[in-house]
Amino acid sequence: MKILTTSFLTCAVKACKSSPLSFPLHYKDAELEQSDIAYNPRFLINILPRIDWDAVRVTATELGFTVPEEKPELPALDASSSTDTIEPADEKTLRELHTLLLETEVREGKLVCGNCGHEYKIKEGIANFLLPSHLGEFELFPFCFLH
Amino acid sequence: MSRPEETLPPDLFYSDAESRKYTTSSRILSIQSSMTHRALELLNLNTPSLILDVGCGSGLSGEILSSIPPSEGGPHIWIGMDISASMLDIALQRDVEGDLLLADIGQGVPLRPGSIDAAISISAIQWLCSADSSDVSPVGRLGRFFGGLYAALRRGGRAVCQFYPKNDEQRSMICNAAIKAGFGAGVLEDEPGTKNAKLYLVLTVSGGDVPKGDITG
Ligand SMILES: [Zn+2]
Repeated sequence: MKILTTSFLTCAVKACKSSPLSFPLHYKDAELEQSDIAYNPRFLINILPRIDWDAVRVTATELGFTVPEEKPELPALDASSSTDTIEPADEKTLRELHTLLLETEVREGKLVCGNCGHEYKIKEGIANFLLPSHLGEFELFPFCFLH
Repeated sequence: MSRPEETLPPDLFYSDAESRKYTTSSRILSIQSSMTHRALELLNLNTPSLILDVGCGSGLSGEILSSIPPSEGGPHIWIGMDISASMLDIALQRDVEGDLLLADIGQGVPLRPGSIDAAISISAIQWLCSADSSDVSPVGRLGRFFGGLYAALRRGGRAVCQFYPKNDEQRSMICNAAIKAGFGAGVLEDEPGTKNAKLYLVLTVSGGDVPKGDITG
């Protein structure tokens, strides 16, 4: 599980969607691994505006990394040009983001919802988001519980 | 031969043996690959994107997404969802680049609003209409899925789902669920009337461009 993916995951329990406590999910007992993924500056420039940096900071801290307080600013790239000229300072930032967001992976551990406490297990990098049906469907039939 | 989704839910059908069979049959590999390329063409992405692969199975489509060259707007980064642990296990053994979620798309999409650029789904969403161990109706599961997908896509984002509806009724049930979730929807049919006919549900989130050509089907 990449930190990039973690920064987009939310608790699958429908009642948690509206709670600010359900994001980000919190790592417990995480075992890390560095993977090797092709450096992709255009992807980072595309995705960074959508990343909640505060959530990345929470996750990074839980995993033992230190990241800047402010989200780094990146240049816009010309979509029609295939050759990119990137300033050395931006290049350094992009490489660091690449390592943190794409190459740092959690192989084993748990992601825990801060609202409902549900634990999503991660085994060999695969996160189990299957919900027991009573959790998944609770919001669909709220009135059943009144009778 | 009966259709697999009529006999068993996908997590039971794709046992270890079935999953391996699916991933090694060269005929299936080539069909899967051409459908993935067709779906990508319909997504029309011009920059490396974050793509959700719905029903990613053993990662056959994902490998294609990872290997699109920069000259064609790639490579893309993907997240795969599948309900079959056996299929995901094969994806793991094949060392795919995408992150894998063991998840039931009929329970929704556990991603923050506006996370992904695009979604792709090859031969998966008709499973939502099949008998299932949970007591939720196909309409409820389709609503959960399309509602979750709509929210997870960025504005202007697009999804392409190749699917095999059992009949016209199932086809309209699926399309109506997508439209109800807020999508602009069109069905594209390749090689209509032949045994190679393929249906693609092309879904747009407002703010995006409508794909070129007639997709109203
Ligand atoms: Zn929760």
